[in-house]
Amino acid sequence: MVTPILPLTLRDVELRRGGRRILGPLSLTVSGAGITVLMGPNGSGKTSLLRVMHGLERITRGTVDWQGGAQDVRARQAFVFQTPILMRRKVADCIAYPLHLDGVPRKAARARAAEMAAAVGLADALDKPSAVLSGGEKQKLALARALIRTPEVLFLDEPCANLDGRSTREIESILTRARDAGTRIVMSTHDLGQARRLADEVWFLYGGLLVETAASAAFFAAPRTAQAAAYLKGDLLP
Amino acid sequence: MNSISLGLAEAWRLLITFDADLFEITALSLRVTLSATLVATLIGLPLGAWLAINRFRMRRVVIALLNALMGLPPVVVGLLVYVVFSRSGPLGVLGLLYTPTVMVIAQAIIITPIVTSIAHQAIRDLWADYHDLLISLNATRWQRIQALIWDGRRALMTAALAGFGRAIGEVGAVMIVGGNIDHATRILTTAIALETGKGEFGMALALGFILIGLAIAVNLAVHILSRTETGSRW
Ligand SMILES: Nc1ncnc2c1ncn2[C@@H]1O[C@H](COP(=O)(O)OP(=O)(O)OP(=O)(O)O)[C@@H](O)[C@H]1O
Ligand SMILES: [Mg+2]
Repeated sequence: MVTPILPLTLRDVELRRGGRRILGPLSLTVSGAGITVLMGPNGSGKTSLLRVMHGLERITRGTVDWQGGAQDVRARQAFVFQTPILMRRKVADCIAYPLHLDGVPRKAARARAAEMAAAVGLADALDKPSAVLSGGEKQKLALARALIRTPEVLFLDEPCANLDGRSTREIESILTRARDAGTRIVMSTHDLGQARRLADEVWFLYGGLLVETAASAAFFAAPRTAQAAAYLKGDLLP
Repeated sequence: MNSISLGLAEAWRLLITFDADLFEITALSLRVTLSATLVATLIGLPLGAWLAINRFRMRRVVIALLNALMGLPPVVVGLLVYVVFSRSGPLGVLGLLYTPTVMVIAQAIIITPIVTSIAHQAIRDLWADYHDLLISLNATRWQRIQALIWDGRRALMTAALAGFGRAIGEVGAVMIVGGNIDHATRILTTAIALETGKGEFGMALALGFILIGLAIAVNLAVHILSRTETGSRW
């Protein structure tokens, strides 16, 4: 049995860019199972926090520690970017790429990519160049690629931002299935309905600070902070 | 006017009869320039990729130097190579002056900066696109370079073609270091210069047509490559 990479612990993390404080100082722990949903207004630091957790940003202060401590912790996580980053290849090859990196034989990787594509509704697009996909299809591709290694932790940055209602529901069911299979999910969304449907836990960010963390039911029933209450009501924040 | 039309007729005859001299000159031209392109590509592609991916202290200096070298007049490169390989020069003992080898060296020096520069730009743009993804997927350094070279292959081929196109039409440097010796170092451009000087328009025009044909072929290839790139068909 391999040691799990969770819990993830952030201590007094601060991120500054160009003399401005973008995030923190904040401390938090990700452990157990379930889906954590990050909420907060535009520019509140959701993307930045997800990137810090995944190790894509050089933090100014504090520590980010994974339980595993091993170097390959990032290979056991996956990240779905707010704007999908697609390689200039066919859809099938894009989805299979993480397996290719792991040395999985081409045929096996392709077969698995076809399964993943079918799961996200891209079965007909396997041989298309990734660039011709629609915005929503690109997001689905990014999700299929993220899931192909069955990551222990999955970060998603507004994964349904360009999706129609039906696709959103499909993606949500894929995410809950992944959660039930043991993948720990941390995601951001502006879609309150989606947050209600998916979240086990909510983190509310405001001005780069984690102002509220709560169990989903409690958060939506009665947020403790004025900022979160205003955000839920759709008020303009001060 | 008359000599021109006579020349055209003669050029046509030389071309359709596969004239031996014409053939030999063209073959040597291709051999020299393809070799120079190969050398420039072997240096330029890895160097360009290296410059695009790595942040090191002298990076800007190297790039500035590269741009300066691109503007170097070929005839001056020829002069410098001549001095280095001349009998009393530092590499004179090699006895390479007036051989195809030294012409390859001169052409390679002229086009390596261009090949490097185009490769650098292409890989840099692709790296900007792919950076976060490849880091996120935990790709090793070597896997990252493989991905960039493979997905950037069209742009890299364009770089090599641009180098070839510039080298095949160059005359000053190869004239100086090669000497335009019949059956030894005579290539398309130097032969055209010579034949024109002699008033042998037939041969000059026939050589010129071949050179134009090669230039058009290269440009067509570059065009097709860039079209497939933007037309998002890989
Ligand atoms: N590299 C950077 N340099 C300067 N400012 C940055 C940089 N990265 C992020 N920021 C700023 O940090 C703030 C937080 O950005 P972030 O992308 O994390 O917000 P977000 O909560 O994801 O917003 P959105 O809901 O619009 O996606 C923004 O004001 C942004 O302009
Ligand atoms: Mg964001």
